[in-house]
Amino acid sequence: MSAPDTAKRPSRWAIWLPLGLFALLCALVAWGLANPGSTEVESRMIGQPLPAIELPQAVEENPGVTLAGARESGPRLLNIWASWCVPCIVEAPVLEELKARGVAIDGVAIRDKSEDIEMFLQRNGNPYRGIARDDVSAVQMAIGSSGVPETFVIDADGIIRYQHIGPIMERDIAQIMARLKDAEEPA
Amino acid sequence: MIAEIGLVLLWLAAALAMLQLLSGAWSLTGKDGTDELRAETAGMVRPVAVMQGVLAALSFAMLAWLFVRTDLSVLLVALNSHSDKPFIFKLAGTWGNHEGSMLLWATVMGLAGALVALVERRLPEKTIVATLAAQAFVSLGFYAFLLFSSNPFERISPVPADGNGLNPLLQDIGLAFHPPTLYFGYVGLSVAFSFAVGALITREVGPAFARAMRPWVLGAWIFLTVGITAGSYWAYYELGWGGWWFWDPVENASLMPWLAATALLHSAGVLAARDALRTWTIMLGVVAFSMSMVGTFLVRSGILTSVHAFAVDPERGSFILVLLAIYIGGALTLFGLRAATVTEGKQFAAVSREASLVFNNVALTAILAIVLLGTLYPLVTEAFGTRVSIGPPYFNPMGAVFALPMMVVMAIGPLLRWRDDRFGRVGRALILPGLATIAVLVATLVLAPGIGVLPLLGLALAVGLAIASVIPLFGRNLRRTPLPIWGMVVSHLGLAVAVGGMASESAFSTERLVAAQVGDTVTVGPWSIELAAVEPVAGPNWTALQADMQASYEGGAPTQMLPQSRTFTSPPQTTSESALHTRWNGQLYTVIGELGEDGRWQLRLWWKPFVPLIWLGGLLVALGGALALVGRIISGWRRQYQARRIAMRREERPVGDLR
Repeated sequence: MSAPDTAKRPSRWAIWLPLGLFALLCALVAWGLANPGSTEVESRMIGQPLPAIELPQAVEENPGVTLAGARESGPRLLNIWASWCVPCIVEAPVLEELKARGVAIDGVAIRDKSEDIEMFLQRNGNPYRGIARDDVSAVQMAIGSSGVPETFVIDADGIIRYQHIGPIMERDIAQIMARLKDAEEPA
Repeated sequence: MIAEIGLVLLWLAAALAMLQLLSGAWSLTGKDGTDELRAETAGMVRPVAVMQGVLAALSFAMLAWLFVRTDLSVLLVALNSHSDKPFIFKLAGTWGNHEGSMLLWATVMGLAGALVALVERRLPEKTIVATLAAQAFVSLGFYAFLLFSSNPFERISPVPADGNGLNPLLQDIGLAFHPPTLYFGYVGLSVAFSFAVGALITREVGPAFARAMRPWVLGAWIFLTVGITAGSYWAYYELGWGGWWFWDPVENASLMPWLAATALLHSAGVLAARDALRTWTIMLGVVAFSMSMVGTFLVRSGILTSVHAFAVDPERGSFILVLLAIYIGGALTLFGLRAATVTEGKQFAAVSREASLVFNNVALTAILAIVLLGTLYPLVTEAFGTRVSIGPPYFNPMGAVFALPMMVVMAIGPLLRWRDDRFGRVGRALILPGLATIAVLVATLVLAPGIGVLPLLGLALAVGLAIASVIPLFGRNLRRTPLPIWGMVVSHLGLAVAVGGMASESAFSTERLVAAQVGDTVTVGPWSIELAAVEPVAGPNWTALQADMQASYEGGAPTQMLPQSRTFTSPPQTTSESALHTRWNGQLYTVIGELGEDGRWQLRLWWKPFVPLIWLGGLLVALGGALALVGRIISGWRRQYQARRIAMRREERPVGDLR
């Protein structure tokens, strides 16, 4: 910075200095924005089997969910959601479409009440094969999911193959279907 | 319907901002008085600015109405409100989220522009037109942001059964008003920025410009001071960590504009009174606003992790970054082009009030640079592949290197005369504060030998400054002392009080972390506290476990303390509600934590001597600002009234040219 009490006019160099510093700042934060890798929380559980947690059945209509143990005929989706979660409403029609394409979807409702879940299913449709209730976020903790909704691709052996954070949108269907196809081959 | 009306109003306001920018810019391209059409266009700018402010305000009112009615067909309401919420939090929900707060920003900015258009008559019309055009340019960015990337009036289908609720941490009356307070501050700085740009474009950098800009800076500075003080107190009692400042990126984001505004305020004072520091004042005007933009950017973009992470969205971050680059890059380029044509103004001696203000300006700027560097440092190192985080060990000593000498100069500066002075003349007045400083130094070293260097110096200088700050009132007729002088005295005293509180808190706090059974008694500092009971209680949208503690100070009559561990239902989250008890000499701070497996409760207890002084001091600083602002506004009115009377008399008997 110029010493205002001595210089009659600030030097040319000093005048452009702030712009230079500012450009540097912009470059730095632009780099920070372009490399957001550090803010994404990815589950370390990819490639690991689902934990064996017993969860209660959530509603009469659907059976419960068996997380680990039983070998299945093919890959499936594990959808972590809740009736109090607004993005889950956005996701609901997309899950219906996945179901129509023959995907098996298991739901785990986080910190929820059975009445609320029933209400949610009535309003937004029921794409689930089985639904379990997780009142203490045990599954979330165990598989490293940071919020709702989140969806995991699970292969026939119960191994986690892919994690999708946030609601599944129309545009994500292709990706999810491709990952389900990958999961047909053993890891 | 309400949502659609709100959106239409928003579009109209944006269109008027565009008109304001284009007509202002076009009218400035011609030479003075040569073109009638241009003069007429310039005349349009003020009314357009007023209308733009009104439309933006109506649009915001529509959103507030939607929130009050809890209209869940609007996505923003569904995401951030809930029908069970108390009225005040429904209203606060309007700005307790990204879209709403951006709309609030645009609204306040529009209203500020309207106010400039209505009342500011001291500057040449050309400068006002340029200022309002610059203001419209800044507003347009925010309108574009709202309309294209974060429409607050977006509908949702199907309509959800009930809303998501506001983040429970934010369901607190203090916090409901914390963000708007800071926004008023940021917007005030945007007006100062527009004035600086307007003055640069029309080459009007002089005392009149400083006088016109000063009330806005002062107003912004008051709001920032209150906002930071309140935010610090909120973090103190709501987060339950017992600290009052964490050097968190978001806290720094509010501190940096404050530091710049403080410097700007003082240099604008020099410019107004003595016509010196012209370029420096313009520069600070740009820096102050850029710091508030950088602050918003850091909060919204999520490139730095912080306790305020609920506001994060990288896409929006890029948008703000682009706005930032356009405004600040543009202004700095203009500054580079024009600053060479601005002369530095009047000279002054090394011992003078100007010189002391320059010293403190430089110190404030240095602290600003330190905070900015410290805030961005994790990002810098990440660019080189390692992740680090720096905290108090960096900020405290580095800041103190400049803050402590600044306090010394603050004690002397107000006693000096403008332009040229001798230390000998003010030496006598400084004997008392000097002696007090030394006395506190010695007394503290004797009574508390283990004290750290920073708290020691802070405590001693705080006492010295507190005494020195009231000396300017000596020998004056207190009734006839101008309000701005009172303001300065109160603000400087407030700073001394706050620093005293900080030093005392960091030097003398005692902390206990214990596991206690119901019936146990624990001691912290001079207090002995009995955990009498733990019982469940329920509120409108939460349930809690509440501890009943009987706290007694040095064996006196017990006071009841009721800290809670609260569980909110929508969205589900647990927060700890601390319980505080304030005495004249400090504060007892209690938190209840988890229940252990052995049936004992985790308790966290602090005794913090004189800690309330921190916030009391902050409020005094703001009060001083308010006194000065009222004083300036009154004297401004008086001057305008007299100018009008002189003009009227001239009209009665015209003498030559009216201009």
